[in-house]
Amino acid sequence: MEIRDLKTNDEITWCPGCGDFGILNALKKVFVNLGRPLNQILLVSGIGQAAKLPHYIKCNCFNGLHGRALPVAFAAKAANPGLTVIVTTGDGDCYGEGGNHFLHNIRRNIDITVIVHNNQIYGLTKGQASPTTDPGFVTKVQAEGVVLEAFHPLAVALTLGAGFVARGFSADSEHLAWLIAEGIKFKGFALIDVLQPCVTFNKENTYDWYSKRVYKINDDPNYHPEDKDAALKKAQEWGERIPLGIIYRNQEKKTYEEKRGLLNKPALIEEDITRIDLKATLKDFI
Amino acid sequence: MERCELTIKISGEAGQGMQTIGMALCKLFKDAGFSIFANQDYMSRVRGGNNFFQLRVSHQPQYTLRQNSDILIALDKQSISLQKKNLSPSSVIIFDKQKFAIEEEGKNLFNAPLYDLALKNGESEIFVNSVACGLLTRMGGLDFVQLEKVLRSVFGNKGVEVVDKNIKSAQAGFDYAKNNFTSNKFNLPKATPREKLLLNGNEAIALGAIAAGVKFYSAYPMTPSTSIMDTVAHYAKNFNILVEQAEDEIAAINMAIGASFTGARAMTATSGGGFCLMTEGLSLAGMTETPVVIVDAQRPAPATGFPTRTEQADLGFLLHAGHGEFARVVFTPGSIEEAFYLTIKAFDLAEKYQIPALIMTDQHLADSYREIGPEELKASKVKRYIISKQDSGGITDYKRYKLTSSGISPQAVPSWINGLIYADSDEHTEEGHITEDAQVRVKMVEKRFHKKMLMLEQEIEGPKFFNLRGAKICLVGFGSTFGVLKEAVLTLKDEKVGFVHLPQVWPFPAAALQKLLKGARKIFTVENNAGAQLARLLRRETGIEADKSILKYDGRPFNVDYLVAQLKKR
Repeated sequence: MEIRDLKTNDEITWCPGCGDFGILNALKKVFVNLGRPLNQILLVSGIGQAAKLPHYIKCNCFNGLHGRALPVAFAAKAANPGLTVIVTTGDGDCYGEGGNHFLHNIRRNIDITVIVHNNQIYGLTKGQASPTTDPGFVTKVQAEGVVLEAFHPLAVALTLGAGFVARGFSADSEHLAWLIAEGIKFKGFALIDVLQPCVTFNKENTYDWYSKRVYKINDDPNYHPEDKDAALKKAQEWGERIPLGIIYRNQEKKTYEEKRGLLNKPALIEEDITRIDLKATLKDFI
Repeated sequence: MERCELTIKISGEAGQGMQTIGMALCKLFKDAGFSIFANQDYMSRVRGGNNFFQLRVSHQPQYTLRQNSDILIALDKQSISLQKKNLSPSSVIIFDKQKFAIEEEGKNLFNAPLYDLALKNGESEIFVNSVACGLLTRMGGLDFVQLEKVLRSVFGNKGVEVVDKNIKSAQAGFDYAKNNFTSNKFNLPKATPREKLLLNGNEAIALGAIAAGVKFYSAYPMTPSTSIMDTVAHYAKNFNILVEQAEDEIAAINMAIGASFTGARAMTATSGGGFCLMTEGLSLAGMTETPVVIVDAQRPAPATGFPTRTEQADLGFLLHAGHGEFARVVFTPGSIEEAFYLTIKAFDLAEKYQIPALIMTDQHLADSYREIGPEELKASKVKRYIISKQDSGGITDYKRYKLTSSGISPQAVPSWINGLIYADSDEHTEEGHITEDAQVRVKMVEKRFHKKMLMLEQEIEGPKFFNLRGAKICLVGFGSTFGVLKEAVLTLKDEKVGFVHLPQVWPFPAAALQKLLKGARKIFTVENNAGAQLARLLRRETGIEADKSILKYDGRPFNVDYLVAQLKKR
């Protein structure tokens, strides 16, 4: 399989230069090297520019409602643990509309990989603040600047007990592909927040803005991604310097599938339901 | 005249164990061969307040409650003031003078040292329930061995000591009645013991779901739907079902859709408020053509309403819930048998037509117990409509939304077929990709809506009816009013009253009703709501105008005496 084999016939509706292209390219690289048949991969998305991605790559896709990709992805994985389930979502979709599902699926620790296209702005609705927009940012709606504190996805994920927390940059698709591949390899909920410039509505957090600030944390031999205290510190680093890479990785927690014993019995979808017998069960009601 | 039925009410504070004693009595009378109908009336609190358990026992099949009780066991003072309006002249109130003094006087008061006997025989006041059970066993004319057997089975898993204390307390109550309550006016003639099940509506739905092959159940707890989840969870291990408590109802329905998309039969249950949160997901199931079964166990609304009480006011809501137009079915079971059978049918139709199938019940059906023969819960063999694993191998060029003459595009399971599956909440092409093409839109709407509705109309669960020939009044109801309609008609058998019960309200059985109501002289709808929603639906779908609607919206179910009185009042 080569990258060109992954192309679909759908016209890509992103703006020219959109950071989403870098994420699509990274994902294609991952699929090429993953060694999994495409029919064993399921991409789940909600609504937003990020959520269109599954239409532009060959694999199974469920493109559902705004904010609701995670519950669909959770259940699809639980019903068929053999699938590789990946969520492509955005900062509005995942941290805003779907915030509650973000919290609780980290707690579940279902073995899925969540790629958040974080452009710090609402693109599809034309330029309002997102949960990750920096305070002071002026939009048509937030005319006097954003007054809410920014949402810190990596720190939130860490404090909820996520075992794989990473940040990528869409302009570095080689590095991003590595992060996604590591996320898929990780057994449990893997969060990859991706800095993804919106060329149309975010004139602050541009390619240039990010490029001047990002650095690769895993290049530092003294940084140990299994150290949670250090990770929590790095997860909150923002502004002058922004760390990229695997901020935290710890495989010690059991996955949802392990905790519920799903791997020791047939997948739900494999059960033959045409031979159910209630006789013994009904005796309990006598 | 020999007594042929008995209504017993046990009333007290939440936390005094009315449910346990009530269930023990249900089992006692059921095992002795009687028909029973029992219902718990509880407040939305864990301790205090006033709760009661009402049990009707008879030789005849029971479908509903009575207004008045024959025996009231008052475990606290306020039970008497609250319940005395629902007593008949021959009723008796059993209370414990040592526990609380009362102002009421009269020959129908029977003082029994319930708490003292509990302390003496069980060493704790909590055994007052068993004392009361013993008392009632004697008053109803049953033998103590019958009660002993029930107590052993109810408390068996709590250890020998607990069982012994319960039996000892019950024996003391039985003996006290034997020596002090000499009247045999509540004795029922002996019945023939039969092996019957004791089920409430929620348990019947849970069992129906298990029989239909539910593999994934996601829900957020909400009264009065929660015991469906409890029951499915209890058997989850035996049948390899995954039960997941969702973070909210939005997650619950989206999870069910996710599981169903992968090929597992999935359901969720809630009450009106939770269903409000599910409506976007309902629309998603319609758009993506993903099968899902949803139960709305109604309770009085708007908003939080009466959390533990009953109403049928979500009818209009369920017919129209979710934005946009798509096919759906709405079942409204009226009995334990229907709750079981229609749940199975909901799963079948959901998968066959790739639609959301809704089951609308209410607290009254959800929590009411009746005895039923195991043979009445026969489930037909589950039929699957998804492309089997075996057939998946040969499929090339799969299109999730392939346009077919029937409108049904076969549902494939991701990973089973070699091809890829794209499901989309946007308007989509046959391949499942986003489109804004007007022609495609028209075809997809017709497929999802028109074609499916036409087929669903051929599979309507027809109305049940009784005594319509020559009827002066025809009562029309849906859902949990089935029992009260039936008993009211039986009670008024000399007055030419018939009834029609609708176990399904969407697609609406318009043709069947036009036929059934053709000769009706007067049509009265009977509804547990304030807006006469069924009467309006009937007019909209058939042009038939109901002459009157008997409406009850106090949060309490109809009972046969109330309905008969309403009918006689005219």
